[in-house]
Amino acid sequence: MATPETLVTGWDSLDTDEMIVNMGPQHPATHGVLRLELRTDGEVVKAARPHIGYLHRCFEKHAENVDYPGVIPYTDRMDYVAAMGNSLGYALAVEKLCGIEVSPYVATIRVVMAELQRIASHCVAVGTYGMDIGAFTPFLHLLRDREKILDLFEWTCGARLLYNYNWIGGVSHDLPDGFVRACRDFLREFDPITFPELIELLIGNKIFIKRTAAVGVCPEELAISYDLTGPNLRGAGVRSDLRKDAPYCGYEAYAFEVPVGTGEYGPVGSCFDRNWVRVLEMRESSKILHQTLDRLEKMERADVHEKVPKRMKPPKGEVYGRSEAPRGQLGYYVVSDGGINPYRVKVKSPCFTAMSVFHHLARGMMIADIIALIGSLDIVLGEIDR
Amino acid sequence: MDLALRLLLELAPALGRAPAWVQAALAAFVPALVCFTFVALGPIVYVYAERKIAGFMQDRLGPMRVGPYGLLQTIADSVKLLFKEAIFPRGVDRRLFLLAPLVVNVGAFLPFVVVPWGGRLQPVDLNVGVFYVIAVSSLATVGLIMAGWASNNKYSLFGAMRSAAQIVSYEIPAVMILLVPVMIVGSLSLQDIVSAQAGGLPNWFLFRFFPLMPVAFVVFFTAGLAECNRTPFDIPEAESELVAGFHTEYSGFFFAMFFMAEYTEMFVISAVTSVLFLGGYFAPLPELQTLGPVPLGWLWLLAKAWLLVFVMMWLRWTLPRLRVDQLMHVAWKVLLPVALALVVVLGGLILWPATAWGFPWDRFVGWPITLVLVFFLLKVMVRALRWSRRRAHELATIGLER
Repeated sequence: MATPETLVTGWDSLDTDEMIVNMGPQHPATHGVLRLELRTDGEVVKAARPHIGYLHRCFEKHAENVDYPGVIPYTDRMDYVAAMGNSLGYALAVEKLCGIEVSPYVATIRVVMAELQRIASHCVAVGTYGMDIGAFTPFLHLLRDREKILDLFEWTCGARLLYNYNWIGGVSHDLPDGFVRACRDFLREFDPITFPELIELLIGNKIFIKRTAAVGVCPEELAISYDLTGPNLRGAGVRSDLRKDAPYCGYEAYAFEVPVGTGEYGPVGSCFDRNWVRVLEMRESSKILHQTLDRLEKMERADVHEKVPKRMKPPKGEVYGRSEAPRGQLGYYVVSDGGINPYRVKVKSPCFTAMSVFHHLARGMMIADIIALIGSLDIVLGEIDR
Repeated sequence: MDLALRLLLELAPALGRAPAWVQAALAAFVPALVCFTFVALGPIVYVYAERKIAGFMQDRLGPMRVGPYGLLQTIADSVKLLFKEAIFPRGVDRRLFLLAPLVVNVGAFLPFVVVPWGGRLQPVDLNVGVFYVIAVSSLATVGLIMAGWASNNKYSLFGAMRSAAQIVSYEIPAVMILLVPVMIVGSLSLQDIVSAQAGGLPNWFLFRFFPLMPVAFVVFFTAGLAECNRTPFDIPEAESELVAGFHTEYSGFFFAMFFMAEYTEMFVISAVTSVLFLGGYFAPLPELQTLGPVPLGWLWLLAKAWLLVFVMMWLRWTLPRLRVDQLMHVAWKVLLPVALALVVVLGGLILWPATAWGFPWDRFVGWPITLVLVFFLLKVMVRALRWSRRRAHELATIGLER
């Protein structure tokens, strides 16, 4: 704002009016019901303030009023694009609390589901990112392949979006007969066709690179200080992945890389890097899937439900369980008072921390870059607001 | 008007006995009506084509429900839009709000007055045709700004400002390139420009001064894309940024009018480009100009224009969108210098014959450049072929077909 002190004659003080633009909660590029308050000077955004909470559904309060297994359907509804990952984190936390060990067969099934979900979630993330930048076609190509993953999920547990699949001490349904083959069919199409086509059509496009490569740069220190996790942190060049650092479900047995942003077309940690990490992660997930499928073929079928009492009462105590969800570290802090309901369930959401750095990165951008930035942080409002 | 009247008299000799004012009125109204009907019904075809092409590119079917292959879908949609309530949000400037779609449409329709569909099939043969096209095609901008301002919506205002900046910038390289055919022909009349390209493919302006005119064509077409707000220059209505830009607040029939104007403008740009570079209504081979007694010229122009419209749609469903500053960068730092250089160089070439100063310029300068360009073109084509064959092979090995 021009104050009397700054109103001196000359080019610098050329007075332009600032305008408050309200972006969202119903805006096509805010990925849900995020509301941004942008203070703009022409096309340049001077400051951006995100307002969250439009999708608040009291998850944590709900969790205190239902029994331990009853929380799982609620976890699915947080990050609805990657519901498998949510319930996995909660199940791991409660299993840690009760000291339940799942069989290797169940652990392998969980890895299959988690990695399929990661591909599906990244398909949406990368596809909608292309759409934010203005390219429509890759989005539909990727959704076509996500659809096939959803078919596999539906075949396994009957649901396409909110699965209630990872139960405490097991999974709700065994894999159907022929699942391994169907999954391989999907990968045989995904690896040689969709993946190279995506890179050819979207990632390698010069306009796409120009729009994302030097935009929204989040350097390593900033990413760590704001506690970014997942692809957002790896995009900043930090090789951090719970599947490697603190393996669960037997991830230590699989060979895969942790892709990080290298800043090929600009500074490390740009929107391009974050998105590129997601693209590469799809390939790594596919590698893991091949290994798990090999393993499943050799395995004996086993009971997928551990002996867990229906009205389970974990011992008194507290536990923090975490897993690498597609959007980053998803942590559950579960406190038990020995009753049948959790005393407290606190969620550490990767999208929430990603949103917290937004105002810092958005300063001084153009409006079109704001869209590119939101898309590259890959937020799901269901998880931020819970 | 003259041409139209003569054509009318030939078709209906009895008209010759009518009073002069009837003749004059008919000569004015009939072409206008034909033109208007043709142009106004065009968007129905283009919208259908756009949706089908998009569907094809995105591995889906596109409209399939209304009529066979969804052929009646656009008609159903336009009827729906006609019967929808036109909503006026609070705080709009009603007069400007209503006027804006009309102004946009006027700007889109007017250039058709001078588009030659055949030697005598042209509503009016203005001797300043090219100038007229430039003048009236910028009218649409006024309409867009009116719409953006009157909507009382910040997003609409952003869209309007963006579109104004964009169209003003891109008009300059476009006009520069327009000068080239004008320099070659020495006339501003579109009819003269087409006539100079008679005699088949090699005579089209696209293939004159070989390495240079195709560049001019690309520059003009790019600027044209920007002028009708198509991807990658669709920032005035960028749906992921500005919701729908200047027509965010419009609904019902007024919204349909913006739609109509956009598609009409696409067709205008394509038709003018065909006239300037692709030989207008002339067939690639002189033998194909008529089918027995039936002249096919108008069909050829239509085919060329539709080909360019298809290219526009193709680009739209392939490319991402540029940012505002990058858009300006392309206009001022890439297209404008190229256009200026082309005007200067081509001007020189037009003045000097190929063997000026006793030196065979064409043999020692023109041909080598041409050969190098052709070589690169072939290389690109071979690469594309290899890629597609490799993919077909991949698909075959895993037992999939597309």
